[in-house]
Amino acid sequence: MELPQTKSQFVQLSRKLRKEQRLLSYFRLRTNYDLMIGAIILGVLILVAFIGPLLSPYDPYAMKVLDRLKPPSAAHWLGTDEFGRDLLTRVLYGARVSMSIGLTVTALSSLLGLIIGVYAAYYKSLDHILMRICDGLIAFPGILLAIALMATLGASATNVIIALTIVFTPSIARTIRSAALVVREQAYIEAIRAQGANNARIIWLHIVPNTLSPLLVQAAFVFAEAILSEAALSFLGAGIPAPSPSWGNILQASKPVISKAWWMVTFPGIALILSVLSLNMLGDGLRDFLDPRSKRRGNKKARRAAS
Amino acid sequence: MAIDHTAEKPLLEVTSLSKKFPVYGSFGRLFGAKKYVHAVNDVSLSLYEGETYGLVGESGSGKSTTGRAILGLTPATSGEIRYRDQDLAKLKPEELRKLRRELQIVFQDPYSSLNPRKRVGRILEEALVIHGIGDREQRQQEVFRILQVVGLQPEHYFRYPHEFSGGQRQRLGLARALILHPRIVVCDEPVSALDVSIQSQILNMLRDLQRELKLTMLFITHDISVVRFISDRIGIMYLGRIVEEAPTDALFANPRHPYTKALFSAVPSLSKQGLKERIVLKGEIPSPLSPPSGCVFHTRCPLATERCRSEAPTLSESHSGHKTACHYT
Repeated sequence: MELPQTKSQFVQLSRKLRKEQRLLSYFRLRTNYDLMIGAIILGVLILVAFIGPLLSPYDPYAMKVLDRLKPPSAAHWLGTDEFGRDLLTRVLYGARVSMSIGLTVTALSSLLGLIIGVYAAYYKSLDHILMRICDGLIAFPGILLAIALMATLGASATNVIIALTIVFTPSIARTIRSAALVVREQAYIEAIRAQGANNARIIWLHIVPNTLSPLLVQAAFVFAEAILSEAALSFLGAGIPAPSPSWGNILQASKPVISKAWWMVTFPGIALILSVLSLNMLGDGLRDFLDPRSKRRGNKKARRAAS
Repeated sequence: MAIDHTAEKPLLEVTSLSKKFPVYGSFGRLFGAKKYVHAVNDVSLSLYEGETYGLVGESGSGKSTTGRAILGLTPATSGEIRYRDQDLAKLKPEELRKLRRELQIVFQDPYSSLNPRKRVGRILEEALVIHGIGDREQRQQEVFRILQVVGLQPEHYFRYPHEFSGGQRQRLGLARALILHPRIVVCDEPVSALDVSIQSQILNMLRDLQRELKLTMLFITHDISVVRFISDRIGIMYLGRIVEEAPTDALFANPRHPYTKALFSAVPSLSKQGLKERIVLKGEIPSPLSPPSGCVFHTRCPLATERCRSEAPTLSESHSGHKTACHYT
């Protein structure tokens, strides 16, 4: 290829190369089935969580004692609970609670974990302090620590978020730290230092991007764990306070009637499984997509399709 | 090619550079260092404008550490690195960062020295961004230009490093060093990870570029034939010290230090005339944790006497430009 001489030639070449790259990324995305399926299921769940409740004709709190524990029917697609409330409406509202708590916890603990992990890896003196704190937190079983924190903080949605963020941050920080330690010793980091980059630039523009794929995989896992833990906390009565619908609350309510009303345990359970499954698939798919070296079939196919 | 440098002022002057790495005991840093690895010991050398200085030595002789210490990538324990009337070893990190524009390095391993997640264009542009050179378009144009200089194509701009061969990657490493128009380039074994046919390509290119751009190079290698091809002057390192330094032709015509003689006799040769008596050294290179007293080479030297065991020879000039650290030359 000739080196562009005039400015218009240069712009043309640069535009052409950019377009090829975009096309390639698009095909790589399209051929990554894990990522696509996970993203679609999760997208549907999030969509349902946020617009579903608006479509439902029922109030999630309206009790109708005469309609209690009715099996699924045309009026109540998923049946009713022990107070005669529409189960579909409550599962939809519960999805909103689970998704927003899951998302917030994931975002907060990813951000905190990233900062802690990267700085611990880069500065040796910080490493000992930060990692001993993380070790201390990891030493407790996650759910136990969450219950203890909830007992101190009191039951509310905000406190669930705070407690779960404290529970999940150390594991993300550890993952990031180990990834960052590997990156820090690479010759290309030394090369960039030899070119005159300062510490902030090295950390944020060169080490952080190389820790993003383990972070994303871990974040997807934490998202799933956070949804499960919130449900577990609510199930144990230490999470979202009782009348609010959440998958954990519904499951707790279904426990005494499990032999009489199968629908009460089945549908929130399926919702829980679907969201966790889709998140795990998304995490796996993302890892393949974000690693340009991954030698997956998809890559080759994408290249062929793009050329 | 022997140029008389005696009147000229060196571009970069290293004086008694030393680097010790601490070794910690089973209690970690708690009780301080137990021992030190003496990687570089009292090394002095000068780089003159436009020359290539070859630093040769076996593994563990401290040649790479010397290169890194000169660039401040590994802080020197003691010594002075004088460049443009400033001592690089004493500069504040911020001031050193600015000077790095003029002092660049090419790394040995072309695989790990390029960030696998960045496209080639981004890798090469990074240096320009750091030093605030040009706007986005100018930078891209500059990258296209430097890619051509090292024999690559503009369409490589959006590729990832893993899509390149070893030789091409080393061209990228070189492009990264050259994009800032440095005055001094330290080449840390730039061809030892490549196979022989690619080596000669890269070496020819390095030599042409060095002449064209009037670069000053510190060329670190363990390969005698490579260093002979590319260097104007050569320093031989053994166990953290320079034992002999001379212009290339003078050194190959008349190696003086017993270690240099042994080293040269170990180079395989195909010609019959070249079949000289081989000098085979006994034993291993001593541990840099406790270097021998006196002359560091006395444990393996065929000429060693009592004097060598107690008294360390200094690097002194015997002929013009030819320096040797031995009591008996």
